[in-house]
Amino acid sequence: MTAIEVQNLRFAYRAGAPVLAGLDFSIGEGENVFLLGPNGAGKTTLLRCLLGQRGYTGSIRLVGEEVRTLSARELAQRVAYIPQTGESAFDYCVRDMVLMGAGVGRPWLAGPGRAEERAAAEAMERLGIANLAARGFQQLSGGERQLVLVARALAQQAKILLMDEPAASLDFGNRLRVMAEISKLSSEGYTVLQSSHDPDDALRYADRVLVLSGGRAICGAPREIITDELLERLYGVAVRVETLSDGRAVCVPYFPSTP
Amino acid sequence: MDSRNRHNRMILALLAFLLPLGVLLSLTLGRYSLSVGEVARILSGKILAVEKTWPPMAENILWQVRLPRILAAVLVGAALSVSGAAYQSAFHNPMAAPDVLGASSGAGFGAALAILLGKGSFAVMAAAFLGGLACVTLALLAARFSRADRVLSLILSGILAGSLFQAGTSYLKLIADPRNTLPEITYWLMGSLSGVKTEELRLLVLPLLLGFVPIFLLRWRMNLLSLGDVEARSLGVNPARVRIALIACSTLLTAASVALCGVVGWVGLVVPHLARRLVGNDARALLPASFLLGGLFLLLVDDLARSLYTTELPLGILTAVIGAPFFLLLLSRRGGAV
Repeated sequence: MTAIEVQNLRFAYRAGAPVLAGLDFSIGEGENVFLLGPNGAGKTTLLRCLLGQRGYTGSIRLVGEEVRTLSARELAQRVAYIPQTGESAFDYCVRDMVLMGAGVGRPWLAGPGRAEERAAAEAMERLGIANLAARGFQQLSGGERQLVLVARALAQQAKILLMDEPAASLDFGNRLRVMAEISKLSSEGYTVLQSSHDPDDALRYADRVLVLSGGRAICGAPREIITDELLERLYGVAVRVETLSDGRAVCVPYFPSTP
Repeated sequence: MDSRNRHNRMILALLAFLLPLGVLLSLTLGRYSLSVGEVARILSGKILAVEKTWPPMAENILWQVRLPRILAAVLVGAALSVSGAAYQSAFHNPMAAPDVLGASSGAGFGAALAILLGKGSFAVMAAAFLGGLACVTLALLAARFSRADRVLSLILSGILAGSLFQAGTSYLKLIADPRNTLPEITYWLMGSLSGVKTEELRLLVLPLLLGFVPIFLLRWRMNLLSLGDVEARSLGVNPARVRIALIACSTLLTAASVALCGVVGWVGLVVPHLARRLVGNDARALLPASFLLGGLFLLLVDDLARSLYTTELPLGILTAVIGAPFFLLLLSRRGGAV
């Protein structure tokens, strides 16, 4: 079953300078896909299009339904967005943050009820952050915040998760923990599309890789897509993709030039 | 039920107890002395068959002078605080206050114009109300021309519209008669509740209800809105729609308040922040807390205004003198839940 199907997707902020110049790709249910590309390649723009927050041309179908025909509420029931940091003007406690995801299906004026409270509690339990429920979100470490935002997405009951560089500001341990949680979610049936700046993470965790460059996209298995040539072309640095003795691949930079 | 909810309920219950108590005590304040017992008897005399042991003068003062004024103080304080809290969420900006889109500046211009033309107090009220709405409308229209971020362009065009109307007010003051209309305009612009009449208060019931009720209904969406537009939208909220609803209702509240008692600054900024410290940022607790605390705050300020000196002090001066150091205190103790 296809979770996300994109055909001839185009978007430009200014006429004549397209950011996305005709993308075609599809992502299956339960896949963990990494979105790679240099700064300014349009990763965030693509995520915004998938969230129905940009007026695109072409077609984006989420489990068969065209994004532009769905209301904000219908979209929120299908796709959850996990921002990089989750900055808010005011601090909310973790429970309220997660609850904000659980309430999406409620009628316009209604707040969350008991069922939503339960869904939020389950989501926190599932990610092992139930003990943080009463803490202020902004008092948490980067890794904990990321888990809270993931819990909020789970409480939202949407099966497609879009993540904006979930590991970007995390320390080494938190990064591994968050990546492991995300992989677990995709193995449980959630479809994940996460933007990333780290080809190593993509090699380690991705089912498939989607590379954005020059307004176009290529999509495929990590080991086939992430090559020395691609990395050189994307980021302008010399990198060699080496295979370790246990078969795993890692990127080794040779830039400026290793003595 | 967790400890935080219990804590918030206790705070709200405490405020809900203090506000009527404050009203009762304020009714005894003034040059004509009335005891708490007398006030209670006169009040209950309206519904119950209490023997009239008080002079008719006392009854008149209570019903015609003190009660309208005190209710006005509570309602205006509540209205400015609730609209301040709503504006802060709508603009996801802790520094937003009820006059961020120029509601007060517009109302000031309208009132000054009506005073200059020698109109009566009802006309001044109506002109202030319409002036406030006009200024916010102008700000919203101006924001449509801006290419900057939506929230930023709203704030900037609020400054733009506000300063246009302030310039208008300055001009009106320049051409006003310095012997009578100029002092009247100046006094009005500093805010006062003296001489509030029951009929004036009655006129404001509808705009106040139209402001309060939708804001309270939107309290959960307000939380989502303060996460910023991208997240709010991804959580199923149409941020532009909720924001415009909050702006419209807050503008009604502010314009109605300013129409009744002139420009009273600081309340809409300081009180929501105090309420945030007490009950946190969840609008489900924040809005009732702002309402009660705002009512209590302006009630106390007005008590001071009418009892500190033999002549009344303008409210705007007192709210600034009390509000500014208080705000500094809040800033210096930042941290924790705020």
